[in-house]
Amino acid sequence: MAATTELNFFQVKKGLFSWIFSVDHKRVGLLYLYSIMAFFLVGVILGVLMRLELLNPGKDLMEAKTYNQVFTMHGVIMIFLFIIPSIPAVFGNFFLPIMLGTDDVAFPKLNLLSWWIYVVGALMALSTLLFGDGPADTGWTFYAPYSVRTGTNVTMSVLAAFVLGFANILTGLNFIVTIHRLRTPGMTFFKMPLFAWALYATSWIQLLATPIIGITLLMIVAERVLGVGLFDPSIGGDPILYQHLFWIYSHPAVYIMALPAFGIISELLPTFTHRTIFGYKAIAFSSLAIAFVGYFVWGHHMFTTGMSGAARIVFSIMTFLVAIPTAIKVFNWVATLYKGSIDVQPPLLYALGFIFQFMIGGLSGLVLGALASDVHLHDTYFVVGHFHYVMFGGTGFAFFGALHYWYPKIWGRMYNKTIANIAFVIFFIGFNTLYFPMLISGLMGMPRRYYDYLPEFHLPNMISTYGSWILATGLVLMLGNLIAGFFGPKPEIGRNYWGGITLEWQTLSPPPLQNFDKMPEIPKGGPYDFENNY
Amino acid sequence: MKNGASTFAQGVDLSLYVISGISIFFLVGITVVMIYFVIRYNKKRNPKATNIEGSNILEILWTVIPTILVLVMFYYGWMGYRPMRKVPANAIEVKAYGQMWKFSFEYSNGKLSDSLVVPIDQPVKLLLISKDVNHSFYIPAFRLKEDLIPGKNNFLWFEANKAGKYDVMCAEYCGQLHSAMLTSVNVVDVGTYDTWLAQKESTANEHPGLSLMKKNACFSCHTQDGSRLVGPSFKGVFGKTETVETDGAEREIVINEEYIKRSLKTPNADIVKGYMKGLMVPYDKILTDEQIDQIIDYLKTVK
Repeated sequence: MAATTELNFFQVKKGLFSWIFSVDHKRVGLLYLYSIMAFFLVGVILGVLMRLELLNPGKDLMEAKTYNQVFTMHGVIMIFLFIIPSIPAVFGNFFLPIMLGTDDVAFPKLNLLSWWIYVVGALMALSTLLFGDGPADTGWTFYAPYSVRTGTNVTMSVLAAFVLGFANILTGLNFIVTIHRLRTPGMTFFKMPLFAWALYATSWIQLLATPIIGITLLMIVAERVLGVGLFDPSIGGDPILYQHLFWIYSHPAVYIMALPAFGIISELLPTFTHRTIFGYKAIAFSSLAIAFVGYFVWGHHMFTTGMSGAARIVFSIMTFLVAIPTAIKVFNWVATLYKGSIDVQPPLLYALGFIFQFMIGGLSGLVLGALASDVHLHDTYFVVGHFHYVMFGGTGFAFFGALHYWYPKIWGRMYNKTIANIAFVIFFIGFNTLYFPMLISGLMGMPRRYYDYLPEFHLPNMISTYGSWILATGLVLMLGNLIAGFFGPKPEIGRNYWGGITLEWQTLSPPPLQNFDKMPEIPKGGPYDFENNY
Repeated sequence: MKNGASTFAQGVDLSLYVISGISIFFLVGITVVMIYFVIRYNKKRNPKATNIEGSNILEILWTVIPTILVLVMFYYGWMGYRPMRKVPANAIEVKAYGQMWKFSFEYSNGKLSDSLVVPIDQPVKLLLISKDVNHSFYIPAFRLKEDLIPGKNNFLWFEANKAGKYDVMCAEYCGQLHSAMLTSVNVVDVGTYDTWLAQKESTANEHPGLSLMKKNACFSCHTQDGSRLVGPSFKGVFGKTETVETDGAEREIVINEEYIKRSLKTPNADIVKGYMKGLMVPYDKILTDEQIDQIIDYLKTVK
């Protein structure tokens, strides 16, 4: 067959420049993967250092100011450099065009530009380590008026976040146009894989919400450099205005981080249960519902700022409403396991871990959405635990699940599955040992962003720090195993390693430059109709 | 979680229990079902999958039931929260100030205190005033928290119903020593409270400059014993030669009346080398020229 002699996208061109100036969506996706993973590891190291400092009350390792800069840097890196771009920029870029049966995204050059903008933004964020008066010590939320007054290099940090926003906007724009215009003949909206639906909903939020954070961050710069008087009351500004503007973006941004992960889970489950997804339309529409309702809940970040009672009630109700489409997804995923033929492989373990941890994350969010309990738990470690359960236990696990799932397709190689399973178990135990005690110390009343704490909070903090070591061990083992898979003799991977049904499994592994060596066939029946296609 | 010590605790804890109870039920239930499915429908036991597209009845069911449940949760949250905004008319009013990194309190008779003392079983209203950046007044035992926002007059109220001393912490990040911004609320019987309130602190022998500096929390950042906090120490400060940064250029100055005045009125004009600018608020609208002279007078004595 001619196909076997066709060059894959790694082989068509070689050399550094063929990568960093490539407009091939697969190469751009991998550029994103390598850069995102590098920053993720920096963020992990900062996180482990924070846990080390919090092992005992008092000073263990660093000064208070350093600690404040470390948690700010950890937040900025993990939010803006890892979790927001993660799944869309890596797996969306690589697989969206293939899953739609087309040869690239709508604007390949914009796609490359988005990666370059990302790199510039990332370098700007990291430059604060070397230049100016030290990295920002404001927390990733940059709350005014502290962010206006502190002498640390807040200006550069917020400018970095501003620049990074453009990378997201370009990716979002690209995906929307790609989904509308470039689907292969026969690939109707309701034949699209659910990952495409999730990216579609995400892209609209990226496109519509990101400009708001852009302008808000510029306002911080204007305030610091020119003393305009927007947020600092001593020069006539309003600190609450900043919080509104910040969360109008940053709450929908939570769904920028979570929705793509939902899409990943909706791909993993059909493949490893070997049956159709339960409630395709319910899952697809619930993504859109989350994206829409998610715009109107930002006030729940501000329940204790002295907002009017009416505003608190409205934001609380809206917060509870956004939980419903999320619950619908969980029910449909679990129902997909029913009467499947379940093949327990590493990617499925990540999907199951995701569902469990995302449930803890989501359900702990309900406690924070209720007015009375939020007054107690707001700005405590309960929020920190909740947030990490959603973002890391949820999106992070989905990201690594996706990496294990598409690994044979991207590289045409395979990792050791036994080690992958062991690494998952360590990672999972470490994760829960690290973050569950945070929910407890929050209930006990430990405020967040605390360099030092009262002796009564010692036990949960100690357990948490031990958990961070277990987690790091699992992570090293997992990544080491994935990297080890690149070496050694090349195994026979074939086109469809896991027995999936979406279009990427019809092409070669790794795919050729044009994605398909032969016209892909749209599955008969629904997009996950295993019965009529196997 | 410690036992609640205010009248709000019951409502807050009830909302916590109701929501956590429902949540834990679903978490455990769904997890058990998930694990059961993975074992029961493992490909070894179940080599052929059944293609089930979905079920409208189930979709409706698991939309309606969660909707009802979250509305129940909202209700309990709202009920627990409602009394927090209805201040009884007979509440004792106390001003609570927050500034980096200290809380202080001013009672209606002019009494000043670094910690809060309140009578048991009586409503107390705190007027929350921030002198610099955002803070948050958090009493875990009372299940109560409200932010201090500069330029905005927030309040909170409570009625403590158990005598004892409880921690107060700052819950909104406010800079370097945020985690050290702690104080306490002491709930005592009415008699003890009245006696305490009537006590005038014996500041008669104290230097008026020192009293002013205590009141304005100068010592949160500047020590008198030469050790280093966020700002330079006051020990031997008057007449000292110091390297400062002015508009980005370094220069040497001798600390005199002129310099101290400028540092109080425009703190960012000259920054002592090795310290950070931006942390201190200007005191030109807070202190009168007379008061500044008293402070300078006191600083001359700190050797």
